[in-house]
Amino acid sequence: MELMDKLEVLTDAAKYDAACTSSGLDRKARQGRMGSTMAAGCCHTFSADGRCVTLLKVLLTNCCVYDCQYCVNRRSNDTRRAAFTPEELAELTIQFYRRNYIEGLFLSSAVIRNPDYTTELMIRALSLLREKYGFGGYIHAKAIPGADPQLTWRLGLLADRLSVNIELPSAKSLSLLAPDKKKDAILKPMALIRDGSAESRRELRKLPARQALRFAPAGQSTQMIIGATPEDDRHILNLTQNLYQKYRLKRVFYSAYMPVSNSSLLPAPEGFQPPLLREHRLYQADWLLRFYHFDASELLDESNPNFDPKLDPKCCWALRHMEFFPVEVNSADYEALLRVPGIGVTSARRILTARRACRLDYEGLKKLGVVLKRAQYFITCSGRMTDGLRVRPDGVLRHLVELERPNLLPYQPEQLSLFETGGGL
Amino acid sequence: MRPEWTQVSYCYDGSFAGFLTCVDESFRYFETPMAFAGPEEEKISLYPQRTVETDEARARQVYRDLRDKVSQEARRLVSHAFLTCMPEKECAIWQFIRLAWDVGPGVTYWLADDRVDRLNKAVGHLYNEAHLLKGFTRFADCRGLLWGEISPKNRVLPLLRPHFCQRFNTETFLLYDHTHHEALVHQRGRWAIVPVEHMEFPQADAREEDYQRLWQRFYDTIAIEGRYNPKLRMGNVPKRYWQHMTELKGELEGAPPRKRELREPPSASCRRTEQRGPEPALPSRRSGPV
Repeated sequence: MELMDKLEVLTDAAKYDAACTSSGLDRKARQGRMGSTMAAGCCHTFSADGRCVTLLKVLLTNCCVYDCQYCVNRRSNDTRRAAFTPEELAELTIQFYRRNYIEGLFLSSAVIRNPDYTTELMIRALSLLREKYGFGGYIHAKAIPGADPQLTWRLGLLADRLSVNIELPSAKSLSLLAPDKKKDAILKPMALIRDGSAESRRELRKLPARQALRFAPAGQSTQMIIGATPEDDRHILNLTQNLYQKYRLKRVFYSAYMPVSNSSLLPAPEGFQPPLLREHRLYQADWLLRFYHFDASELLDESNPNFDPKLDPKCCWALRHMEFFPVEVNSADYEALLRVPGIGVTSARRILTARRACRLDYEGLKKLGVVLKRAQYFITCSGRMTDGLRVRPDGVLRHLVELERPNLLPYQPEQLSLFETGGGL
Repeated sequence: MRPEWTQVSYCYDGSFAGFLTCVDESFRYFETPMAFAGPEEEKISLYPQRTVETDEARARQVYRDLRDKVSQEARRLVSHAFLTCMPEKECAIWQFIRLAWDVGPGVTYWLADDRVDRLNKAVGHLYNEAHLLKGFTRFADCRGLLWGEISPKNRVLPLLRPHFCQRFNTETFLLYDHTHHEALVHQRGRWAIVPVEHMEFPQADAREEDYQRLWQRFYDTIAIEGRYNPKLRMGNVPKRYWQHMTELKGELEGAPPRKRELREPPSASCRRTEQRGPEPALPSRRSGPV
């Protein structure tokens, strides 16, 4: 098989993985070796679906011994099969990298023979890259559940980030749709990666950087499918928070289910629209957990188990907690500022800085990047609200929904339905 | 008594050192520069015109003072603002420096002040463009040499330099800036940014074309048909970058949408899959089995 065909088959099989970030680690290039990484990550292009492309995202092989019915690579599926040799893959990565097409490699694989053998193949490809080519760019590798912990450990020493996909938001859905996959088999390597990372960080403190073994220094991530199974947003968000807290994950990715199966266990493909807006709302909430110091229980509760498609989660929270507002921008602390719709992490920091020089008025806030159209209902400047503004919860709700509408418009399809709109991430 | 400040316009050589000499000149003679003219621009000015000769020593003194009397942060803002494409950037920077001499180290807290805000916005634009180009720049290999070209609005080469020289320290490369007619060249750990009026790029050889095709195929394959979203892509990679990007150049020239770029609704793509195998293939969110 030609390299071109292999690349196509193995990219096609890998494209549904949402994680394509190259973030979490600053590593300078060593003299005489190519490649560095930057903590902020770096997008190299964006594909026709608008998603970022930063890594060469491929499978090592799509030949699989498993038969998970929802997976394209299941062994009963009549699809083209291919496998990279470690040499081919390393050469391709290097050649793409030096042309600045990519930030590094994202290597996943179907299970060929067994998890141990698969992991060994991945280790061979990665050590070729790291050792023979001296490659210092970003490597994200999938840990294969069921592989020997020793092998996963070796994989983590070569990769910058490891990930294990949680697949579906509950053990029940998982056992229904992927009977071969057990919740424990997923959580075990996750815990292993967490502990390995922590241990190597401890070691790094004791030893000089060159001598310490660095295990998955950019941490781990995971991903789950949204909309294929009946879990509500509240369940998903609580799970996310648990993963961040208990497993120290760097990122949790959500992926709107794409309807391409006739299985009776999955939503019927006819007329099904992938829940892109729901995915968008979950990412917004995920940001609130990670950067805005929100707790999952604040965003959703028993009476509100799902996000409002019309309004973002932060605005929803604010409208339910009008007693918290208005916030006085000239004296409020960082935490309080972060709660205001229209004030983000950057503008909150800028407010703190600018307050050291002078008192702020509405003109000044605009310059700092505060979105006054949203924020005006929730703040005061030196005790004053915007002139002539009347704040009644239902009026504010109407106004904020109006503000949000144009953002949703570009995604408005022919049919009107709440869950068809939304921006992909 | 405070002296009267006279309004003037300066002609200088367009360099940063030249600009700093103007700054020194203005504070020495209490002159408010209302306009600056570089070597190429013949500006007719309403204000008395003065030509300022670049003086490295005076420039260096101003540069040191900016750090010692104001702050490192303020100096960074000044020197980076000089790289931006802000209209009348010299006047804006001068206004900032005047404020900085008055206020001292705290000047960078004055975020809500117009003089500080203008510089912050312009520098933010520069940083953003430089960050995007760290990803969007493409190199082509020609007999072991890497060639790249960009057309940025701001002078980003000084900001891209540390990144590319470090990352590709094993490579010999040239990165040409079409807008400002200068090139970053790097070989064995040594680099230079040199003015180059015109640049001829070599034709890609067969091997190079192979890799470009491989990359193109990867790019076309990685998109998910059911999520096709050209508006989102346009927001993320503005069209002005496309001309130098291997995978997007073709579309700019009006090439027909490629195989993978389907605008079919998901149900249609489902039918398409059905024709391929006996059973409809259902992609999982992740590719391999757990």
